[in-house]
Amino acid sequence: MDNLRILIQAPVLNLQLIVDGVLVGSVFALAAFGMALVWGVTNIINVAQGELVMLGGYVAIYTAAAGVHPLFALPLAFAALYLLGWLLYRLVVFRVVGRDLFISVLATFGLSILLQQLANQFFGADIRTARPELGTLFLAGGRVSVPEIKLIALAAALVLGAALTAFLKVSRLGQAIRASAQNPRAARVLGIDTDHVYAATFALNAAICGATGALVAMTWVIHPYLGLPFTVRSFMIVVVAGLGNVLGIPIVAAGLGTVEQYAGFVLGAEFQTGILFSLLVAILVARNQLLRRQRRHLE
Amino acid sequence: MITKGTRRRAWPRRAALIATAAAAAIFAAARMLPSRAVAAGDTITLGAAVSLTGKYSTNGKNTLDGYQLAVKRINELGGVKVGERTYRLAIKYYDDESTSARGAQLVERLITQDGIKYILGPYSSGLTKAIAPVTEKYQLPMVEGNGADRSLFTHGFRYLFAVLNTSDHYLRSAVTLLADHAKDLGRKPSDVKIAIAIENDDFSQDVRDGIVEDAKRLGMQVVIDDKLPPEVNDMSSTLTKVKALRPDMLAVSGHAKGATLAVRQVAEQQIQVPMLALTHCDSAQIAEKFPRDAEYAVCGSQWDEGLAYSDKWFGSAHDYAERFKKEFGYEAPYQAAESTASVLVFVDAFTRAKSLDPKKVRDAIAATDMMTFFGPIKFDETGKNVAKSMVLYQVQGGQYKVVAPERWARSKLIFPMPPWSERGAPASASHATPGPTGSGTASGTGSGR
Amino acid sequence: MTSGVARRGAELGVLALGVAAPWLAPAWVTQLAFLWLMVLFALTWDVVGGQMGYNSFGNVLFFGLGAYATSLLQRGSHLGYYASLFLGMGLSAVIAVAAAALLGPLILDMRGHYFAIATLGLGVAAAELFAAWEWVGGGSGILPALPPGTVPERNRFFYYVLFGLALATFLTLRWAYRTRFGLVINAIRDDEAKAEAMGLHTTRYKVAAWMLSALFLGLAGGPVAGLAGFVDPRDLAFAGSTFGVWMVLMAILGGKGTLWGPVVGAVIFHAVQEAFWTFLLGWQRVALGALIVAIVVFFPEGIMGWLRARNPGWFGEVVEEPRRGGAQP
Repeated sequence: MDNLRILIQAPVLNLQLIVDGVLVGSVFALAAFGMALVWGVTNIINVAQGELVMLGGYVAIYTAAAGVHPLFALPLAFAALYLLGWLLYRLVVFRVVGRDLFISVLATFGLSILLQQLANQFFGADIRTARPELGTLFLAGGRVSVPEIKLIALAAALVLGAALTAFLKVSRLGQAIRASAQNPRAARVLGIDTDHVYAATFALNAAICGATGALVAMTWVIHPYLGLPFTVRSFMIVVVAGLGNVLGIPIVAAGLGTVEQYAGFVLGAEFQTGILFSLLVAILVARNQLLRRQRRHLE
Repeated sequence: MITKGTRRRAWPRRAALIATAAAAAIFAAARMLPSRAVAAGDTITLGAAVSLTGKYSTNGKNTLDGYQLAVKRINELGGVKVGERTYRLAIKYYDDESTSARGAQLVERLITQDGIKYILGPYSSGLTKAIAPVTEKYQLPMVEGNGADRSLFTHGFRYLFAVLNTSDHYLRSAVTLLADHAKDLGRKPSDVKIAIAIENDDFSQDVRDGIVEDAKRLGMQVVIDDKLPPEVNDMSSTLTKVKALRPDMLAVSGHAKGATLAVRQVAEQQIQVPMLALTHCDSAQIAEKFPRDAEYAVCGSQWDEGLAYSDKWFGSAHDYAERFKKEFGYEAPYQAAESTASVLVFVDAFTRAKSLDPKKVRDAIAATDMMTFFGPIKFDETGKNVAKSMVLYQVQGGQYKVVAPERWARSKLIFPMPPWSERGAPASASHATPGPTGSGTASGTGSGR
Repeated sequence: MTSGVARRGAELGVLALGVAAPWLAPAWVTQLAFLWLMVLFALTWDVVGGQMGYNSFGNVLFFGLGAYATSLLQRGSHLGYYASLFLGMGLSAVIAVAAAALLGPLILDMRGHYFAIATLGLGVAAAELFAAWEWVGGGSGILPALPPGTVPERNRFFYYVLFGLALATFLTLRWAYRTRFGLVINAIRDDEAKAEAMGLHTTRYKVAAWMLSALFLGLAGGPVAGLAGFVDPRDLAFAGSTFGVWMVLMAILGGKGTLWGPVVGAVIFHAVQEAFWTFLLGWQRVALGALIVAIVVFFPEGIMGWLRARNPGWFGEVVEEPRRGGAQP
């Protein structure tokens, strides 16, 4: 393993890999927050998550094309996707709330195809990108590079995580959301309009995805087909962290990101995704087996 | 409400009847669909699978536009002369959704249901690979301009002809140039290190193979050989390796996305590499989108409008580019040029064969020896075009300047790339383009080729 | 007409049509061959999904293993085409069933959506690992050997192979559902804890069900590779986001947990998809997305379930009207 030897000989490279892993992971952590929110509250796994990110990205693209600095696209995408999320809830999603989780997976899968193909029709399949014209920071004597845009993504993830936690704890809507998640029936009895709560949750999720998309547009590229890998990644993060474990999400995201970087460095980029998913399966199996000893299973 | 416990597993006879009825309806509909004949009356119809949706839809459109421009031009000039008669040309196409399974299916449909006898290739090697066995099986000629994978020509297909150079050639000349310049600097070839990062698909795999073979032949080392999964957006781990190993050339092949990411991330991380070699620079429009960062990048391409080829249908390469731009409103990428050339091969073959019989047309195609605006075309016994050579250009002053092959080059390669600290403001602002400009690059900020 | 005679008639009708199809509609043979593949996909999914309640998103793993196994054996063998295909399919079956047997105890130990996620992960991991593995062609995949003979002969050959496999799957499942096996897997679906408490070795039955699915999926892989003419790790062999999801949709559309449900679902889904592709060119995938949403939202019990709810009599069930008001007047 020549590459492994390089890592040992030049320890600063490890720092670069870890930094990259954390930074890349933070973008996925954002999408994971949203997914965890919707899943925890409405018991829906939103397979269209990645498509919402993609659409947020297009908002940033068009904003940039109109001459506005792409960083302003973050709040714009947030707002635009909030509306779209609300619309999607009122048109389709409300029909699958309360039903089998599996049904929601398929319904949102259909939505994801619909959104993806509509995007392809209207925006074309070209890859697009927005340029934030930001620089790069150099640490460790210039040997570790940290692109500023990725740092912004990390900051956004942390800020959002904190804001979300505070929102859920302190605000009325936040408390209503938590109440509906704990026991929808009791919440309704106490006068909470759970339907409204679910709509707000889904819309909030969409908004978070929108902001994520704007970041993706500035960091990497946007095209109509980037959705599914995004969905699967954020999903993986939520599952490994465990539903309900909000603090775990950025940690798991950073961890998985780092594993991916190492896998790519040592084994070759072609093994990145394969290793990641094998790891997912292994983690699930291991966690389940541990619970089996107590005669329980993964819930 | 029928509960699970009381549900009897009785036989749903009506449901079975529904299934039968549905199946019968399908068969009945199938029988009623007529299959149209080709070369009906005075029109020769060529068939094609094109990617109108899916990940290749942009280049699929380029391909379709190339075909349609050819058809339009031929008809304008009076059509195709076959023996005594003259025919108009037409195209029938379906959307292959950028997936191989669909592509193969729809070519079967073109052949068996629409009666098409001459096929034009799809976009991408993967799709061409899926379709070639179909045309071979039905023994109908296919001329393609967008499937450059070498392995297409190792199966003994007799009915497949490609006007473009095989994909392994894209960056071979970059390797050769590297070797020449290394010699100038007094370095031994065995000291020269090459890093390769490709998207893990057919085409890029071939590009990589070409580089590896030439590197081996010249005695150079390949220190990085990464294949990125298609959905991966970030090259960080590969670039960290590049920082560690300091190769003399970084070659990236991953369609437009690969080119974009490479240019952006190499600049972001200020990776110092003497030569950055890419494919699909024009599709990704790197010079337009990243004026400062894309400078000095070297790109492989099948065709350039500045080359001095010309033919009787379109005039010079530059004339073709003008005509294309007028018709479709964007700069002609090489994908369109190769597609147009494919149609020209058929036209030339029909005339020489003096017949529409697919076998005779196939033999005429095999004997092709013609010059087109796209370049010279002559097929070897496996169907490859051995007369044309690949073009290499470098982004200089915000424009794409041809630097290889020497015979057609108007500019010299700038090597090595200057360090990032010396790279100032965007090229288009800082210097007026020195030296001779290619006759085709009329627009200041480079063309979307 | 008694239910039994009507039933027999319908079955024979379908059988006859299936056998005669290549002669009735020669231009559509390839599409019809894929139709039988879809039927096989839906039926095999339903064993574990509808009948047993374990919704798998990774059954395509076995199909892909089958496609690769057969193609690789044919690549390396010096036997004639048919012999190597036969051997290859045998190898595919062994490998697929072995995979199910090895992975089953671990994966099937998970419940609900964790099982679904784990199977999804398996499917993606397989696609990516095979795409990274040079020996099997990496990202480019394999071009398998092609059968001898003329074009119509080859298409017919694959048609009959896939028809035969779909038929075998159907008959095997029909038989299996009538045995104790069928009762046990339904019991697992209804309440696994109770089934265990009753003393059933649920793990063995679960793994057996998966192995049964894997068997037919693995067998189908080879012929489909030959029919399509290529084996691409992501687009054909381990096509999770197409085949992998369609199997689920078709079974649900038709009505999961029934024998004919997946068949009906497959026929309708495939026919509609082909129709979209022909008549809605350019918009066919948009329409497909809308269709999926419509199916899931409005027909969650599938067509069979919908029919059953509206006309229970057709299904041989008798529903008693609940007495209103309680005590007799």
